[in-house]
Amino acid sequence: MPALVTPPPVPPKTVYYFGTCLIDLFYPAAGLAGMELLKRQGLRVVFPQSQSCCGQPAYNSGHKDEAREVARAQLDAFPEDWPIVVPSGSCAGMMRVHYPDLFLGDRDHARAIAFAGRVYELSWFLVHVLGLEAKLVDRGEKVKVTWHGSCHSMREMGVVDEPKRLLRGLANVTLVENPREKECCGFGGTFAVRQPEISAAMVADKIAAIGETGATRVVSGDCGCLMNIGGALDKAGKPTQAQHLAEFLLERCHGQ
Amino acid sequence: MSDARTAILARLRAAPKATVPDLPEWTGPVFADRLERFRIMLEAVHGEVHVIAADQWRPHLRLILSSKDVGRVMAPPELAVDWPDVVAYDRPAEALKDQLVDGIDAAITTACGAIAETGTVVLRPDADQPRLMSLLPPIHVVLLKLSDMADNMAGLMAAQDWAGTMPTNLLLISGPSKTADIEQTLAYGVHGPKELIVLVLS
Amino acid sequence: MGNDFSSRAHDALNNPQLRRNFRRAMDGLMSKRAVQFADRDDWAALRARGAAIKARALARLPDLLEEFEQKARANGIIVHWAETTADANSIVLGILTDHGAKRVIKGKSMVSEEMHLNAHLEAHGITAVESDLGEYIIQLAGEAPSHIVMPCIHKNKGEIARLFTDNIAGQPYTEDVDALTAAARKVLRREFAQADAGLSGVNFLVAETGSLVLIENEGNGRLSTTLPPLHIAVTGIEKLVEKLDDVAPLLALLPRSATGQPITTYVNMITSPRKAGEKDGPRQVHLVLLDNGRSRVYADLQLRDTLRCIRCGACMNHCPVYARVGGHTYGSVYPGPIGKILTPQLAGLDCAGDLPHASTLCNACVEVCPVQIPIADILVRLRTEAAQPSQAPGVKGAGSNASMVENAVWKGWQAMNASPAVYAAATRSLAVIGNLIPAAAPLLRQWTSVRSKPKFAGKTLHQLARDKGYDNE
Repeated sequence: MPALVTPPPVPPKTVYYFGTCLIDLFYPAAGLAGMELLKRQGLRVVFPQSQSCCGQPAYNSGHKDEAREVARAQLDAFPEDWPIVVPSGSCAGMMRVHYPDLFLGDRDHARAIAFAGRVYELSWFLVHVLGLEAKLVDRGEKVKVTWHGSCHSMREMGVVDEPKRLLRGLANVTLVENPREKECCGFGGTFAVRQPEISAAMVADKIAAIGETGATRVVSGDCGCLMNIGGALDKAGKPTQAQHLAEFLLERCHGQ
Repeated sequence: MSDARTAILARLRAAPKATVPDLPEWTGPVFADRLERFRIMLEAVHGEVHVIAADQWRPHLRLILSSKDVGRVMAPPELAVDWPDVVAYDRPAEALKDQLVDGIDAAITTACGAIAETGTVVLRPDADQPRLMSLLPPIHVVLLKLSDMADNMAGLMAAQDWAGTMPTNLLLISGPSKTADIEQTLAYGVHGPKELIVLVLS
Repeated sequence: MGNDFSSRAHDALNNPQLRRNFRRAMDGLMSKRAVQFADRDDWAALRARGAAIKARALARLPDLLEEFEQKARANGIIVHWAETTADANSIVLGILTDHGAKRVIKGKSMVSEEMHLNAHLEAHGITAVESDLGEYIIQLAGEAPSHIVMPCIHKNKGEIARLFTDNIAGQPYTEDVDALTAAARKVLRREFAQADAGLSGVNFLVAETGSLVLIENEGNGRLSTTLPPLHIAVTGIEKLVEKLDDVAPLLALLPRSATGQPITTYVNMITSPRKAGEKDGPRQVHLVLLDNGRSRVYADLQLRDTLRCIRCGACMNHCPVYARVGGHTYGSVYPGPIGKILTPQLAGLDCAGDLPHASTLCNACVEVCPVQIPIADILVRLRTEAAQPSQAPGVKGAGSNASMVENAVWKGWQAMNASPAVYAAATRSLAVIGNLIPAAAPLLRQWTSVRSKPKFAGKTLHQLARDKGYDNE
């Protein structure tokens, strides 16, 4: 069951930003775009330099002890009672849904529960807290895009329509929905290397379905999916570009 | 294997206790026009529905049977079915097996209830209308009183106190026998009746 | 066929016919189910009820088993208990031998598959014929089911037509589904008439009334439990529900989740053998309650949720892994997501430890499970028990995947990610030199087989955030 997420009780002036380790190393422009979008809505965005990884890779591999210590470092890195905005449904899901269980019986259990309650997926926050959907001014050329919903974004964070609402808020963007939009792309973290052949079959089907939409860009809210889908599109020589939603929105509205 | 019983129950009792959750509210759907819902649902699975005045079912049944090239019919004598070749299920199955398996074209039984939601008839087979009647002949005709139709299963169970009156076998039938095991292609009459005809007596 | 999950998956992925069969079938089943549960509020209320019914029944399981047994015995049903599949096989064989039974006709039963009952009976000179059309087809082919609801879903009609021509005397080659169905009806009707005993599974055991509830579409389940003089039902101890009332919401969930039909053609509630004066029905009804590890699973409050399963198969119908590799790849009686959590628990993580990793944790199964089994959480739990055993009593083969190398890798990962200073140093250097790692390096090699190598960005987000003047605290 997806987490029940509600907006912060008081409209925040300051938010934390959790950049995620994947974005940190491979997609910093996407991460920065998310921060810019928040900043341009008048928020003070704090990026703690002591943050690292949410702990999900170890957690999903069955190494809970190691995951917990890395998660604890995040509890330490975000001490204030500000919302924590995350440009990844998967990392957000780890922190929102799984931290309370991960710390069950641990001295930091209460702290983990409080932390989890402050975690928001970026597009959800943009729509439900900042009302960005109605404020978007599209300065870009006409373009046809398709959306890829990440599994954890949809099924752990309950973020299904929010990103598409943002895309539909862009006047010159045509969103072509892919009938297999909700099917896993086959990334699955360590799954891609533990079961490379199944993962390859899944991403092959995914890029075929994306190709059928005729979109020149596939937009998603998770860099794990983007690395998988974009890498497969590139390797197959397909012209479709894979891009993070934050980067796409910023580029359309602010030309960056 | 009473040892197995003891050991299994002992392990289950030794396990940690979970809280027994309350059942959240749920009620089955209701329909402004039950009969219409019943008809739509049953016809969707190749059942036939005929609505007939209660005193007119015998001539109507005769017409239906004539149209289907039926020879021998099995029916309980008290129904007084109007047909030239009617046999009764008047002996144990063992003595009637050959005829039941391959010698009856249609069987007529009554239903004790029906469920509009799913297009279902409910049978309580007994000594006069045994279980195989609704199973072996290729055509099964069911007589159902409209007043016995409920909106949903939970409602019918409660109204008829099923839990307090369970017979040897209680059956819910929703259409003729079917299968989709070969390429999800529907085929009817795989083991049971190929046709289910419900006469709703209003 | 390979002998582990990955090599069987390799074979399946390279079988285009098999992949087409599964993809087509799963797409159809998913869209049919979606139509049934179009109203999200109704679905949410109904599945909450279904999950609570099963959770309640499990919380009271030992009491309900005793209540059921008492009622069933009073109704004239003979109840047996089996610790293992071997015990269950002996019980069934014993009953058949007592009755001098030589031919058994079978309705669909996954527990009998779990027992490998047919082989056991065959070895003792008793013929068991499957009568569910799908089971009959795979019995002709000498295969195991590839789906718990639609056992021959991996076969297309050409393959089935060939099987029928080869195995049924006088059967001409035809791909006409009605003709194939009619041919099976004819053969199996004879088998039903001659059978000395009928064997079936059970969908629900009702403690309140001592009844067995069986659902099906074909009528073979009813025939197996009505025509032969002896009926033996085999089922797991987790099939209990408290009240007959509980059956209505569960029936509103099961067929709709399984095949997208509002209800199965038949719901067959059996409460006793033939009573005096009745003219048909078996003269004896036996029920074998099988444990086979279930009571061990029950001992763990989280893993216990596995036992809620009502065997609808929706999890496999919606599983992107199952859709591509099919049921046989799992190498176990129960395939797909439910198999990935059930099989390692019944057989032990030491025997089936690769199954919990055969998942992207996409949660598609969790989303559709009608009784809200937290399949993904249990997958992660089993991965954890394999790598870092908790000493919980419920997990057979815990620690089987503990590996010095993997432990060292994750300890190293922890050292990097739990210390801001190490993390900063490591990521900054990786961002610069990471692109020098060759595409053929271990792990990266699998990745780059179908994808470009990921590009390190040169500067990390940490660096960019600082450069752009974002506050640190």
